[in-house]
Amino acid sequence: MWVNSKATIVRFLILLTFAIIMVFPFWYMAVVSLEPNQLSLQYPPVLFPHHASFGNYVGAWQTNNFAGYFMRSLYVSVTSTVLGTLIACAAAFVVSRYRFFGRNVIYRAFLVSMMIPGMTFLLPQFKLMESLGLLNHLYGLILIYTSGMIPFTTFLMKGFFDDIPLELEDAVLMDGGTKWTLFARVAMPMATPSLVTAVLFNFMGGWDEFTMALTFLLNPNKFTFPVALMFFQGQHSTQWGEFFAAALIQTAPIVIMFVIFQRYIVKGIMAGAVKG
Amino acid sequence: MAMLYSGLSLRRRKQRLYRSLRHHAAVYLFLLPGLAFFLVFTTYPILYSFVMSFTNWPIMGPAQFVGVQNYSQVLNDPIVLTAFLNAILYMAVSVPLQLGLGLLVAIGLDRPMPGRTMLRLIYYLPVITSWVVVTYIFQYLFNTDYGLINWLLMSLNVIQSPIAWLADPHKAIVVAAILGSWKGIGWAMMIFLAALQGVPVELYEAAAIDGAGKWHSFWSITLPSIRASMFFVTVLLVMGAFQVFTQIYILTAGGPADQTQVPLVWMYQQAFTNLQFGYASALSWLIAVLIVLFTMVQFWIFRPRSLNVRED
Repeated sequence: MWVNSKATIVRFLILLTFAIIMVFPFWYMAVVSLEPNQLSLQYPPVLFPHHASFGNYVGAWQTNNFAGYFMRSLYVSVTSTVLGTLIACAAAFVVSRYRFFGRNVIYRAFLVSMMIPGMTFLLPQFKLMESLGLLNHLYGLILIYTSGMIPFTTFLMKGFFDDIPLELEDAVLMDGGTKWTLFARVAMPMATPSLVTAVLFNFMGGWDEFTMALTFLLNPNKFTFPVALMFFQGQHSTQWGEFFAAALIQTAPIVIMFVIFQRYIVKGIMAGAVKG
Repeated sequence: MAMLYSGLSLRRRKQRLYRSLRHHAAVYLFLLPGLAFFLVFTTYPILYSFVMSFTNWPIMGPAQFVGVQNYSQVLNDPIVLTAFLNAILYMAVSVPLQLGLGLLVAIGLDRPMPGRTMLRLIYYLPVITSWVVVTYIFQYLFNTDYGLINWLLMSLNVIQSPIAWLADPHKAIVVAAILGSWKGIGWAMMIFLAALQGVPVELYEAAAIDGAGKWHSFWSITLPSIRASMFFVTVLLVMGAFQVFTQIYILTAGGPADQTQVPLVWMYQQAFTNLQFGYASALSWLIAVLIVLFTMVQFWIFRPRSLNVRED
């Protein structure tokens, strides 16, 4: 049907042209990263690689130790994602299912905290970490990331648990099931699609996070990937080839995850939009 | 008889109390980890920062209460004014760009088309890329000497000599706003796409039967139907404009001479470079209050209006 429509072809061409402009910075990054380092300052700029090689990638990964930063970021974001998501799921489950003393106060406090700009927390959290002796420790950063994920994930998962019909749980309750069996055997398995959304966005949050890592980690051998990128650029301001190779290595895992789990994106954005 | 009755009732009441306690114990076991994190890392810091904004908050030693001195210092600081004016410039450029282009792309991708999934992903790519990475691409593209943008403009004879984009305060803010727009269009698009899916097809069909053109049905059906989403996106983009940090921190660090400061970069530097923690926490509270006020004003502007139905 669309093949014959002239309007669709025009529409497609306009969207394609704009998409090329949108994707161009990534293309350009890739071109520079594939060219020898000394050519990254050449003028006029090149739009296609002439001497393509993966030298910059090897240099970034090995010589400049981005392998280490990669593993560290992976450790921090995976740990905090697992912790934050599980803790929030447990909270969301009882908030969605049961009436209890303090329910509304706690849930509203979570929602209100999502509206406060994140940077408002930065100074007092820095002081808190300092007094707890957690500055410059990766597990300190993990605790901060985890706490940052909890209100949003609770909100997201509560919305999902609200939609699970109660009848399914009645059967389990008849067999003498407890709240824990309901949570672990009924609610969580059914929540898998939302769980994927939550994990996807929480992981991305940790993987891309910059400001808190910059503030709470003081020692270069503790840096996460985004902070390491900034410091690398500060020290080797002309080595754009290696820098963009490292930048693309940082970007790749998230892009791959989003391509694989595309259909879970929209729900997360709609929920996440509330958070900003 | 009466004794027996009240005894039963007491036992029942005890049972009920016992059951309620068990219920609450179980519920709070589920809540405990989340609540603990929330109280320690969210509630406590926010209250602490509020209290400390009324003290001199020294690096060492006990803090002294100074009343509203930090706040009056913030309000009399010309750099704060510059920072908020820059945020407004950033907003003026980035909000219309993201709203307009996000909506256009969403309308384009709303109906089936070859390569729709791929296009949607491309538009969304900048959204999921780290701020650090996208900021450096733009720094490279807008470099004065070897940047592609200057080369392009000079090749097209738009300009005769290279522009120092990031050295000029207004141009630097505009570059940051273009960067923010490029990164955010995909986000706005996703929300508008979801909203457009919710517009009933029957409305368009009915309008077509009534002889309405495409332009007319866009104004009288599409826009009113996605009004809530428009509001939603606008509020969040405006809030975002006042929370710009990484782009400016990396591109200019507020320089030259604090002319490209934005509220959060100035707060960060006051705290961690100038060690003015009391001042910085007062500023961060002021930013938070302003954002809430701005949001409320927008709620008022976009408030649902009653239909003008005559009641005679």
